[in-house]
Amino acid sequence: MKAMLLKRALQLVTVVWGVGTLTFVLMRSLPGDMAYRIAASRYGQDNVNSDAAALVRQELNLDQSAFVAYWHWLLDLLQFNLGHSLVSGLPVIDAIQHMLGHSLLLALSGLLISILIAVPIGLFCAWRGNPLDSVFMGLSSVIRATPVFVLGVLFILLFALHWNWFPVAGFGTPAHLVLPALTLALSLAAVSNRVVRDSAKQTFQAAFYQFSKVKGLSAWQTFKRHGARNIAVPVVAFFGIQLVSMIEGIVMIESLFSWPGIGHGLAHAIFARDIPVIQGAALVMGMLFVALNTLVDILCLWIDPRGAREA
Amino acid sequence: MMVMPSLKRIISCVLVASTLSGVVAFAQPTQSNTLSISAAFEFTSLDPSKNGFVFSRMQILETLLDVDADGLLIPALADRWEVSQDAKTWTFHLREGVHFHDGPLMDADAVVNSLSFAQAKHGALSNAPIDSIKALDKNTVVIQLSRPYTLLGAVLANYANGIFSPAAYGKDGEVLALSATGPYQLYQFAPPHKLVVEKFDDYWGKKASIPYASYLTGHRAESRVLQARSGQVDIVFGLDPASLPSLKRLPSLDLYSNAIPRTIVLKVNSGHPFLKEISARQALSLAINRKGIANGILRTPNSEAEQLMPASLSNWHLDGVSMRRGAQEASAEDLLASLGWKKNAKGQLERDGKVFELTLITYADRPELTTVATAIQAQWQAIGVTTKVEVTNSSAIPMGHQDGSLEVALIARNYGFIADPLGVMLSDFGSNGGGDWGAMNWNNSEISQLLMSLESVSDPKEYKNIAQRSAQLIYDERPVIPVTFYVQQTSVNKRVKGFRFDPFERSFLLNEMEFVKP
Repeated sequence: MKAMLLKRALQLVTVVWGVGTLTFVLMRSLPGDMAYRIAASRYGQDNVNSDAAALVRQELNLDQSAFVAYWHWLLDLLQFNLGHSLVSGLPVIDAIQHMLGHSLLLALSGLLISILIAVPIGLFCAWRGNPLDSVFMGLSSVIRATPVFVLGVLFILLFALHWNWFPVAGFGTPAHLVLPALTLALSLAAVSNRVVRDSAKQTFQAAFYQFSKVKGLSAWQTFKRHGARNIAVPVVAFFGIQLVSMIEGIVMIESLFSWPGIGHGLAHAIFARDIPVIQGAALVMGMLFVALNTLVDILCLWIDPRGAREA
Repeated sequence: MMVMPSLKRIISCVLVASTLSGVVAFAQPTQSNTLSISAAFEFTSLDPSKNGFVFSRMQILETLLDVDADGLLIPALADRWEVSQDAKTWTFHLREGVHFHDGPLMDADAVVNSLSFAQAKHGALSNAPIDSIKALDKNTVVIQLSRPYTLLGAVLANYANGIFSPAAYGKDGEVLALSATGPYQLYQFAPPHKLVVEKFDDYWGKKASIPYASYLTGHRAESRVLQARSGQVDIVFGLDPASLPSLKRLPSLDLYSNAIPRTIVLKVNSGHPFLKEISARQALSLAINRKGIANGILRTPNSEAEQLMPASLSNWHLDGVSMRRGAQEASAEDLLASLGWKKNAKGQLERDGKVFELTLITYADRPELTTVATAIQAQWQAIGVTTKVEVTNSSAIPMGHQDGSLEVALIARNYGFIADPLGVMLSDFGSNGGGDWGAMNWNNSEISQLLMSLESVSDPKEYKNIAQRSAQLIYDERPVIPVTFYVQQTSVNKRVKGFRFDPFERSFLLNEMEFVKP
């Protein structure tokens, strides 16, 4: 365990430096004048002109060489300072806290609901087999093939317009979270229920599982003692990966439901060439990736301690 | 000011995770006491030079002068003003009894402080020929100019020049709090999406009746339409015209279509080898089916534009332009043929071995622009002009102007950005060659002289004559090619009464609205 944590800590430092540097290089390589991009985001389309760009260039010292800018960023990073947004002038850490807080809330809620949907369905399909399995397979494929944006609009039409249960868009109250979380959950559950089903089916057909039944344990006792943990390992690992990809990949949901998450914020920062925000967001997401992977590894070790012995 | 704390988010998370169906509103503003507004634009900063438009519309900040529906200046924080004979000294008499949101009374020092900070930032005030801004006494501010400048009043009415409490600024002029003078004060600031304002009881003018108003950025037009349909948002600005027929059938909504002084225009590089002849620009203009674009794409009949300014800006609007057209103009093909362009085997126009090809850039900030751009591409294709459409960021327009790479750009220009269109006209056509968002490489010294002369003309008749001559020059030589005027589509829920649309989009006029009693 200690060795794993040390390895992950080293990984974290590498990821922080690597992600930050790569983002810096990529953003600097993009065509177009940064000063104009920043000015457009700062002052709006009606008010961006060459005067505004000149002001931005002078204020932010954009004429300095890329090497000097990189060096300043690295020094700030060593002091745990992510800098200020080039557009709003606010500390990057505040913007990321605001956006990431909302993204995590949405992602965790979505993941939780998706677990509540996927685990029972997956287990049920593995237990009962066809024709139920094929029906859910077809349903999962249809939902997975439907763009998440369409799912969201359907939920809005049903739950917000027809029944008027939840708000169409916005944030600030728990009711605002329900529809985006449900949209996200359904799209996730469409895949994860198949992972649960495959893992469960594999376990149910395993010799050790059959043997435990033969030796006289009830179906529930067999599942509890020999099924749950064996099924859980690949499922937990998959949910971990889903959570990470979700945080950065829910731009459409955030945009549709006016949810101020990091996916949407990052897309805007890229349009605006707001490099400190892009670097900060990429950095925090990289750290989150390492942290979540570590958490998943710890969870998997706890579920199946044989992993540690093998290592 | 209240920023959503993380603890609250955690509480929200727990509540949702446990119930998932509870509609719990624990914030002070509730649906019954809050007027909710949805529109497309985001905000990121408290600084009025950057995002003042949203604070002005939500009636947090006010300026010395206001603008009425006809574009005329009216008193606001200054209840009267005088301009000296030589038009170089402007004296503003401040309204008495105006409280800032943080308590103190507004005085001349506070106004001078705000205007001085605004002058140092990006905005029209920094370009005004101001020698000094001084407090003459407690309630009088004098602005001394180095030359006559009739635009000053309109410039002062711009949102970037809002008046704030001295305590609102940091030492370098950065705005730390939105302590201004409007009928509403800031309650919650959650950039870039949400803003909640609370009525200000010490307001000097018509006090608000609705306790709270919230603004939510709705990025997608579909979401905004659904918000209007569901009744969860009271006022939705910028509705997609395609959704209007279905919204009209709803008994809970009133719909408003209002012309605004914004025009979709093609900015043309008049120095480009294919576009330097006036006839070539006229031909491209003639080839555009404006009616088709207005009816079929924008779904706003009668919004087609042959000239830059709508009829509401009468000084700059040329009467009878469309009637003059038919009598004197040849077809687009004839005009291009007279310039030596001939169609090749592929149906493309060719001259001296060069194919008539153009790159048209536009930006996605306004989604209709990309559709209009592709329609123009098809319409120009019909006369043999090949057009490549590139969708980029709005900053590419001034950048392309400055580095000379721009050929044609489709833009949505707001001629009411400064209440007097002269402000925008000067920046677009005032200097020889044009401006970032106006003409490009169009060397017409007469227009520069005419527009510059308007800065010192105070006689309305003379002003109109010069403005008309300028509009005629632009119409004749087409350094920019107008396509359609903008029509703002708004839905208002019937639980709200007293809605009025401000064509200059300076204010949502929240304090004039009230909830209908059930």
